[in-house]
Amino acid sequence: MSRGMRFAAIARRTAWQALPTVLGIVVLNFLLLKLMPGDAADVLAGEAGSATVETMQVLRAKFGLDQPVLHQLWSYLVHLSHFSLGYSPRYDMPVMQLILSRLPNTLLLMGTALSFAIALGVVLGAVMAHWAGKWPDRVLSVLALLFYSTPGFWIGLLAIVLFSVHLGWLPSGGNVTLGVQLHGFAYFADAVRHVLLPAATLSTFFVAIYARLTRAAMLEVQRQDFVRTAQAKGLHPLQVTVRHVLRNALIPLTTIVGIHFGTLLGGAAVTETVFSWPGLGRLALDAVMARDFSVLLGVLLLSSMLVILANLLVDLLQAWLDPRIG
Amino acid sequence: MAGLNRRTFLLSSTAALAAAGLPARTFAQAAAASVPRRGGTLNMLINPEPPVLVSIFQTTGPALVASSKVLEGLLAYDFDMRPKPQLATAWTISPDGLKYSFTLRRNVRWHDGQPFTSADVAFSVELLKSIHPRGRSTFANVTRVSTPDAQTAVIELSKPAPYLLKALSAGESPIVPKHLYASGDPLSNPHNNAPIGTGPFRFKSWTRGANIVYERNPDYWDNGKPYIDALVLKVIPDAAARSAAFETGALDLGGENPVPLTDLPRLTQLPQLAVETRGYRFLEPLAEIDFNLQHPVLKDLRVRQAIAHAINPQVVLRTVAYGYAELSPTPITPASPYHDAKLAPYAFDLAAAEQLLDAAGYPRKAGGVRLNLTHDFLPYGDMYRRQAEYVKSALARVGIDVTVRSQDLPAFLKRVYADRQFDFTSIGVNTLFDPSVGVQRLYWSRNIRPGVPFSNAPHYSNAEVDRLLESAAIETDENRRVALYQQFQQIVYRDLPILNLVAPRMVTLANRRVNNHTVSAQGLEGNLADVYLSA
Repeated sequence: MSRGMRFAAIARRTAWQALPTVLGIVVLNFLLLKLMPGDAADVLAGEAGSATVETMQVLRAKFGLDQPVLHQLWSYLVHLSHFSLGYSPRYDMPVMQLILSRLPNTLLLMGTALSFAIALGVVLGAVMAHWAGKWPDRVLSVLALLFYSTPGFWIGLLAIVLFSVHLGWLPSGGNVTLGVQLHGFAYFADAVRHVLLPAATLSTFFVAIYARLTRAAMLEVQRQDFVRTAQAKGLHPLQVTVRHVLRNALIPLTTIVGIHFGTLLGGAAVTETVFSWPGLGRLALDAVMARDFSVLLGVLLLSSMLVILANLLVDLLQAWLDPRIG
Repeated sequence: MAGLNRRTFLLSSTAALAAAGLPARTFAQAAAASVPRRGGTLNMLINPEPPVLVSIFQTTGPALVASSKVLEGLLAYDFDMRPKPQLATAWTISPDGLKYSFTLRRNVRWHDGQPFTSADVAFSVELLKSIHPRGRSTFANVTRVSTPDAQTAVIELSKPAPYLLKALSAGESPIVPKHLYASGDPLSNPHNNAPIGTGPFRFKSWTRGANIVYERNPDYWDNGKPYIDALVLKVIPDAAARSAAFETGALDLGGENPVPLTDLPRLTQLPQLAVETRGYRFLEPLAEIDFNLQHPVLKDLRVRQAIAHAINPQVVLRTVAYGYAELSPTPITPASPYHDAKLAPYAFDLAAAEQLLDAAGYPRKAGGVRLNLTHDFLPYGDMYRRQAEYVKSALARVGIDVTVRSQDLPAFLKRVYADRQFDFTSIGVNTLFDPSVGVQRLYWSRNIRPGVPFSNAPHYSNAEVDRLLESAAIETDENRRVALYQQFQQIVYRDLPILNLVAPRMVTLANRRVNNHTVSAQGLEGNLADVYLSA
């Protein structure tokens, strides 16, 4: 089978599996959310600090909350089949528009954090594996343990206190500098300054995992016969480490990264809150608190699709890394 | 300690300033205060993000803050709640209290260029009466709003409404443009998210989850104002991040306790930050304990009295509210002219509490426990959680074992007001600018409304209280109104459906470069036209 055909088969299989998965996610999420006590009208009335029976009725009618639950589910699915994610009562705008305005921010944050975590994790893991049992391995192991066990929001807050409050190098929150029109390099530099702290905070946990994982996988691969063969035929040690050991050690890593994509979305909610980053994680969190179910369903649906897409990419990547897979 | 009142509080913050060795700076500021400086951008906190930017059907605090910069009201109010002109320049009330005539400001234009007229006022009052959560009761007696000419609007009432003149602020009763709201559903009007008003600031952009940007209205009717070029309302959901933003200068101004009270002593040590506690007369919060009068144990007055004797309001004041409060044993707080100062808090007396519980038939059993109760708290800020923790430890001393239950806001509201699956709660309510609007709803038997938040939670019903509240709501003679409300306070103090504890003093935190942010009873819910930034 040619490589192209193999890739196409993987993509087709994933697509067929994705459809019922997504539908199941939508229905399950909808019913689970309906189990939560209180609705959007309760929240709005509660925040307002005043309400009357009539204003509550007006709000419920406007949000469609006066309909039976199955009726609401059906109308949501009908909307969905027309590629509409519905309307947010709280934000008073289409959910799709709301999500699309937040999505680039979240992708930027997650992309930066994930790239950073993978790059640093793999390098640290390779260093640890190369000097396994020696002092660089020991020191980095302790560091990895520290990163692994420290909660992200705490690291974020300390980073703000150090880099924003005391040193004044980086902004304490937000994603752009307000009130100035920046173009070209200045715009890029501004974006980098804003994304640096949240991305670093978000990645610490994953750096630790990837470093440990790379180390373990490399140590295992190092003992295999083909590595001895490569060494025996006189290849440079660096070439053996990178081409033979690391490449094979990357397969478990890619699997875990694919799974972590979903976890990262969850972790982003905390980081986004600490850094006032207008992303999807915070939108989801706010939607839970506000019982804004159409927004929450939209975010969950989109997240599940992102996770499926990420897994597809991982499958394709693994097929490329190891031709036996697929 | 009789409560840390505003004056002693200001004195202590001045002392802190002097201790920090900065008297020169305060003098420089006093000199600069005479000449407002034009220009600059003010970064102000908005928390949480409001659902809409127009407060005509949404009365959540942030919506009022956002709305009042763009949309104005007929009146503004000085610190003593005396009305001042805003869109109305003069007003008269007929002797029978049934006709309110307003002369409107001339040559005022909406931000889209249309002229502002009495038709806008008539339309807005009708709208407030039909869709505003409080307007339904505030404007309930309005029969019609006549407009004899473009500059005169007359509100006509079926019964007097002595609180009406206090309800016409920009935040509480915004005047919206009729030409943009007359057609279609006002709740879905696109201008709710991009307001067009007459105010000192024009809407520029709203990036959800990040910020709302307003720019200076160069054609504002009050010549020369506003002084600043732009006003940015920033959404910062994390409390610690808000503190950091004040420290870095990313935030200049924030109201309604913008940082945790635990952070306040540290932040006020900083030379650039100052605290203001005025400007909350329109909110006037009150921390209280609501009893479920249908509960088999708590329906017994003696048990409620025992709880009142076992809770020390001074501890609530000092420990729960960190001193930013004053005692208020009655639902009408000391800031109100209707407050009955003769009523003192129930004496903190554990022996009396134990006696009452014995008499009610709840002797100490094995382990010293008399009875078990569950306590819910309003999950808004962290004050009511602290109050609930104190209630637990205080009642343990008289043998009441309290379980504190935690849940999020919609779950709490549903539990207390819809399902009524609660024993007693730690809760805060805003008693607002007048008892008819803010207090009556909590005690009036006709406001036992299942499912409606901040209605009569205990399900308290007393015909005499109903009569007093209903009479006070239409009493035009101020002295008689005071007498009616004092009688009301004495009865509910005895009946104890609600144990009133303290009136928390809200805190505004501001960078010292921001001048004139609090110039009226509305505080940061004013229009900020007078704000200017020191160089």
